[in-house]
Amino acid sequence: MENMGLRLDKVTIALGDHDLLEVDCAIAPGEVLTIMGPSGSGKSTLLSFVAGSIDPAFRASGRIVCAGRDLTGLPPQERHAGILFQDALLFPHMSVGGNILFAIPAAERGRARRRSLAEAALADVGLAGFYSRDPATLSGGQKARVALARVLASHPSMLLLDEPFSRLDADLRGRTRDLVFAAVRARRLPALLVTHDEADAAAAGGPVIRISA
Amino acid sequence: MIARLGPPLAMALLAGPIVAGIAGTLLPAFGFLPALGHSTLSVDPFYTLLAEPGLARSLVSGLGAGLASTMLALGAVMLFVAGWIDEPVFQRLRRGLSPLLAVPHAAAAFGFAFLVAPSGFLARLVSPELTGWLAPPDVLIVNDPMGLALIAGLAVKETPFLFLMTLAALPQTPAGPSRLLAAALGYGRVAGFLHTVWPSLYRQIRLPVFAVIAFSTSVVDVAVILGPTTPPPLAVRLVQWMNDPDLAMRFKASAGALLQLGVSAFAIFAWIGLERLAGAVARALCGSGFRLRRDAALRLIGVATMAAFAATVFAGLFVLALWSVAGLWQFPDSLPDRFTLAGWSDVLPRLADPLLRSIGVGAAATAAALALAVPALMREDETGAPMGRRARLLIYLPLLVPQIAFLFGLQTAILAAGLTPSAPLLVAVHLVFVLPYVFLSLSDPWRAFDRRYEAVAFGLGRSRTRMLLTVKLPMLAPALATAAAVGFAVSIGLYLPTLLIGAGRLPTVTTEAVALAAGGNRRVIGVWALMQATLPAAGFVIAAMLSRLVYRGGPGRT
Repeated sequence: MENMGLRLDKVTIALGDHDLLEVDCAIAPGEVLTIMGPSGSGKSTLLSFVAGSIDPAFRASGRIVCAGRDLTGLPPQERHAGILFQDALLFPHMSVGGNILFAIPAAERGRARRRSLAEAALADVGLAGFYSRDPATLSGGQKARVALARVLASHPSMLLLDEPFSRLDADLRGRTRDLVFAAVRARRLPALLVTHDEADAAAAGGPVIRISA
Repeated sequence: MIARLGPPLAMALLAGPIVAGIAGTLLPAFGFLPALGHSTLSVDPFYTLLAEPGLARSLVSGLGAGLASTMLALGAVMLFVAGWIDEPVFQRLRRGLSPLLAVPHAAAAFGFAFLVAPSGFLARLVSPELTGWLAPPDVLIVNDPMGLALIAGLAVKETPFLFLMTLAALPQTPAGPSRLLAAALGYGRVAGFLHTVWPSLYRQIRLPVFAVIAFSTSVVDVAVILGPTTPPPLAVRLVQWMNDPDLAMRFKASAGALLQLGVSAFAIFAWIGLERLAGAVARALCGSGFRLRRDAALRLIGVATMAAFAATVFAGLFVLALWSVAGLWQFPDSLPDRFTLAGWSDVLPRLADPLLRSIGVGAAATAAALALAVPALMREDETGAPMGRRARLLIYLPLLVPQIAFLFGLQTAILAAGLTPSAPLLVAVHLVFVLPYVFLSLSDPWRAFDRRYEAVAFGLGRSRTRMLLTVKLPMLAPALATAAAVGFAVSIGLYLPTLLIGAGRLPTVTTEAVALAAGGNRRVIGVWALMQATLPAAGFVIAAMLSRLVYRGGPGRT
């Protein structure tokens, strides 16, 4: 099925009676929409609203439509919203390969087939042969790439990027960014990026929404 | 769905027995107990109680022991934390003190008695060389009328608890920056810490401090082993009356239990008065610019006291072990002249039944507590609202109300309901005490869990249940295992609930050990007390192994 992109239809976020932000936009497949704003402006809350795991302290309204499917009100696990945070958040009790296997949809059957999909996903991010490694032994850049491989292995219908490059040093940041945006374009995923960093917005190349505090 | 039932169920299980128990104490205290044919209200039980000889002394010794031991323990913790935080010795003592929390009160008290008694290990070590004693000196050190041994024993045992509670609260205080700031302004370490960090730290450990006061003013097992005997503290006398074959004594005992409730409440109010006083003194000192720049001696006292307390418990356990395998061991020999397993082989045939009951009841109560605590915490995740002040107070309720005040009533209620003492009943009552500790131990790591991991798992298409089973619970496995070990240790150490609800028919290692106190057979006591101390330790070892298993078995699996 053709991915028709992600639509945020008159989405508003409020904390108590303080309106934080209002967004009404469409993101085409393969496009990255960047949202910039200071901390506390509700931009990360917007991502958790799209993902379906918003903190009950916030009030949100509006509709989320992805690939023609209305996601509003669906539980988070039904939304196929892949998320990358500023930390890789690899599950420490699983191996690197276990983290990828955890993401591969259950429809892919057979031990050997799932394993080879996981190996391939790791090879795609330049980490062939890392399958049995313990996540704790990886460098920061390697962790970030495993996190990317993991989220892609779940066949998401969109990507939500919550300042995913901010913990990496400058050199690594550029390369990881290129890898993520290349994957977004290659898989024609609509992506929503939240960041402080102007360079992230420039590299994303898509439209930018700026919100004030 | 299960999560929604969690909090109310947990609260009902905590508050229910306490409310029922206090009612069951209240009615007989006023002469009302239809099961014994008394169905009119009267204040006669109080008259009989007040006519008891030596009642005032019993009151004072319980009250004094509770307040003095809490002050000693808190003072040691305060001085040590103030003087040594961020020093290497702090971490070392922290590792040394943590396991002591698991040592049951009775075992610690026996160890202490074996150490300091006139014929104890310390006297033997220095006799006759330093003292010239060829026979134990005729002084009353243990069971002294002033209750000094009781105070010391309680302080030694409560210190690790208060220390760990302080450690848990420390991260929520601005300890690092405040200390540097105070030092820059010319304050000594102790004064700087007490002025800047202690007030907010103390506010957070206040409920545990109150719990220590309530416990130590009404403690029975430690008081039987170390406390005065003529007359013993009130709580000990109450248990004697309650266990009297003459059922009419129950009226006096119930009235006494209410009096004990009043004594413990009074102790807490007196403590609050002391808090005010200390606060005023601190403010005055703070305003006067008193810097205590040279506090080396004070810091030394802090670290020496903590180290001595820790060493006392360890040495006590060592002496228990020594006695359990001692052959002939005459005073003033430092060591037995030979070692034998005769004590163990004597006790072994009688050990199996109480041992299995201790383990079974402890495991069941711990499992039940986890099964209640986890849904309650899941519910917190769903609502996003952490537990309120009132709920926190409720969690502490079984620790703040003197056990004796509601256990008498529960026993009477069980009797009146025609129930016979049974293992499930014992588990249910243990749960009342185990649940708060399991909940308190689990809630900090649970709340500290990085919930973005949940968002990642949801994003990968996992349902809430699957996320819990495959991500959250495995990642929290070490915390779950520790909470379970804490719960098990609490259950093993419970004396009064086991004694009263079991009505002597369901002996555990703990009730058997304490029952031997009067006999004074050190070999047999050594075996039982050592068993009692071993069970919780084994629980912690198993917990550590289990949580390592989850992580080590993890990589490579899905």
